[in-house]
Amino acid sequence: MTGSSAFISVRSVSKAFGRFLAIDNVSMDIAQGEFFSLLGASGCGKTTLLRMLAGFESTTRGEIFIDGQPMSPVPPHHRPVNMVFQNYAIFPHLNVRDNIAYGLRKQRLPRARRHEMVEEMLELIKLPGFGTRKANELSGGQRQRIALARALILRPKVLLLDEPLGALDKQLREQMQLELRALQRKVGITFVFVTHDQEEALTLSDRIAVMQGGQVLQVDTPAGLYESPNSRSVASFIGNMNFFRGTVRRNGAANAIIETEGLGAIPVPDSRFARPDGAAVQVALRPEKFAISPTKPDAVHAVQGRLANSAYLGERSHFYITIEGRGEPIAVSAPNHNRFVANAGSHAEDTPLWLSWSSDAIVVLDPE
Amino acid sequence: MPEALDRMTRFSPTHPPPGEMPRIKTGRIATLLHRNETLRGYLLMSPTLAIMTIGIIIPFIILLVLSFWTRQGFEFDTTLTLTNYRRVASEPIFGALLARSLWISGVATITTVALCYPMAYFVAFHVRRNKMMWLILITLPFWTSYLLRVFAWKVILGYEGVINSALISLGWIEAPLEFLLYSREAVIITLAHAWAAFAILPLYVSLEKIDKSLLEAATDLGDGPVARFFRVTLPLSMPGVIAACFLIFIPTTGDYITPALLGGPDGMMIGNFIQVQFGPVNNWPMGATLSIVLMLWICAIALVFLFVTRKAQERIA
Repeated sequence: MTGSSAFISVRSVSKAFGRFLAIDNVSMDIAQGEFFSLLGASGCGKTTLLRMLAGFESTTRGEIFIDGQPMSPVPPHHRPVNMVFQNYAIFPHLNVRDNIAYGLRKQRLPRARRHEMVEEMLELIKLPGFGTRKANELSGGQRQRIALARALILRPKVLLLDEPLGALDKQLREQMQLELRALQRKVGITFVFVTHDQEEALTLSDRIAVMQGGQVLQVDTPAGLYESPNSRSVASFIGNMNFFRGTVRRNGAANAIIETEGLGAIPVPDSRFARPDGAAVQVALRPEKFAISPTKPDAVHAVQGRLANSAYLGERSHFYITIEGRGEPIAVSAPNHNRFVANAGSHAEDTPLWLSWSSDAIVVLDPE
Repeated sequence: MPEALDRMTRFSPTHPPPGEMPRIKTGRIATLLHRNETLRGYLLMSPTLAIMTIGIIIPFIILLVLSFWTRQGFEFDTTLTLTNYRRVASEPIFGALLARSLWISGVATITTVALCYPMAYFVAFHVRRNKMMWLILITLPFWTSYLLRVFAWKVILGYEGVINSALISLGWIEAPLEFLLYSREAVIITLAHAWAAFAILPLYVSLEKIDKSLLEAATDLGDGPVARFFRVTLPLSMPGVIAACFLIFIPTTGDYITPALLGGPDGMMIGNFIQVQFGPVNNWPMGATLSIVLMLWICAIALVFLFVTRKAQERIA
């Protein structure tokens, strides 16, 4: 993404609370109409960054541009952004209609037009006829939708969402994820979404920024983050990952070979990485990239191991397999394709079995 | 082996099988209380209820009966009659006195709440540490007696008091300002100061309860600080404002110490008149009638006030 096409541009922004650096020199660009997520564990600075976009926190250093305009001189009530708060912040003294119409007052619309707009919004969030309900007569999911409608009715350039699904139960959350995604496509507004739930971020986002300790570790598409994480932190934060110590061996050939603990020599095309002979690396492999079989498979890369532990999860099973040359067992997640996997719970400990993988499934990282 | 042991204890003869569990014993009163929530409520309230009955309802009934009596010389005529009420309605002195009382305490109430609101707001939203200390400091004047505070104001407002002598020594005025003491204004100033804590505490509680994210939401939706105050902060703190108004208006209307000490002839209030009826004049029935009339007026005003604030709240949204 080039700077010119960026709709929101965060330029070397830092935020200090006293001596604590909540945001540490963060830069990122967000395109118009993008569903962009800030993902990280609690305390990573994602909410602070969102609040800086909204204008509730000032920037200690750096500048945020929205639609080419620097935001530091603009107070929150004049910014072209609206926010959906974590607890939804529905005004308890107003009914649903007045909550949704709250921000319209400034536009001095005729009463009839205002009502019409509210009705349209209620239709959009699938709560028609809820206009006269009191705020305390609403369920969590309904409050969430009304908070959304209240912000969207103002047609902001950017909608900021602070963990809006965190308070909902699992089933409702999954349903709201789909609705939120569909809604975003429909209205075409740029969404900046804060979450600590990696699955949620992967499901919803066009792109994700993974944050840790006030810094951005990686900005990429969900597939990009999952398939080619740039660090061990990102790799282990998004999904599960097995890490192996490895050493690069170059024998003048086009492809380098990584001597990997427990897995043997794995050839890696040079296009994937460029490291000199003898460099120490980390090889990372996702649990589901391994295939498991009771007999020696017909694969280039395979290793024999022994079962340490297993769990049956219905659609898939998890196995922990110890192999020679590696102390920690390898986590393997296998889809429930065959009897061997289906009987995960009943295999005795130390059952010998085979693991195989394809060389393009591996991720090469710098050592920690 | 441990598993076998466990199984043995579970089916040992000392533990009867599930069907023959001994009945849980509960007393009859316990059962009744458990089932009847209203009864439990009354039981909890009973000490208060007893005090209220003895201390408020019975005296009130006595007062009510007394108000229908009349004075005959040094005796009370116990035949029930509306004579006193007719006198209160027809003789202008009563109406004027009542109107003045309601006016003075009304102005004092509004002044107090208006002055205390910013203080409560400050403590609720801008003080981060030691809120309790701030509240204690604010209510500090309450640690001295009411009478002392009234006398203190007498010293400040008096003919040769702090304000007058200060202004004279500065050369701003030639002679002492006379309207300071023994006037309605003096009563209003003193009442506003004396009852400040009664306004600050309920205001603070209602402001403190306001979820800060609601204020941020209002800002986010385009409200500047002023619009936000009138559309979110004030409506949400309305319970505190109403409580503060009642807490000040009701007792100050009947107050007789402050007007007696600072009011002069112009600042005399209905409370003084009632006190005189029960005291020197020895016309208890008339005093009782005036008390009842005052009570009815306060009730009426309170109802109108509640109605108006509710309407205003609906309108402001």
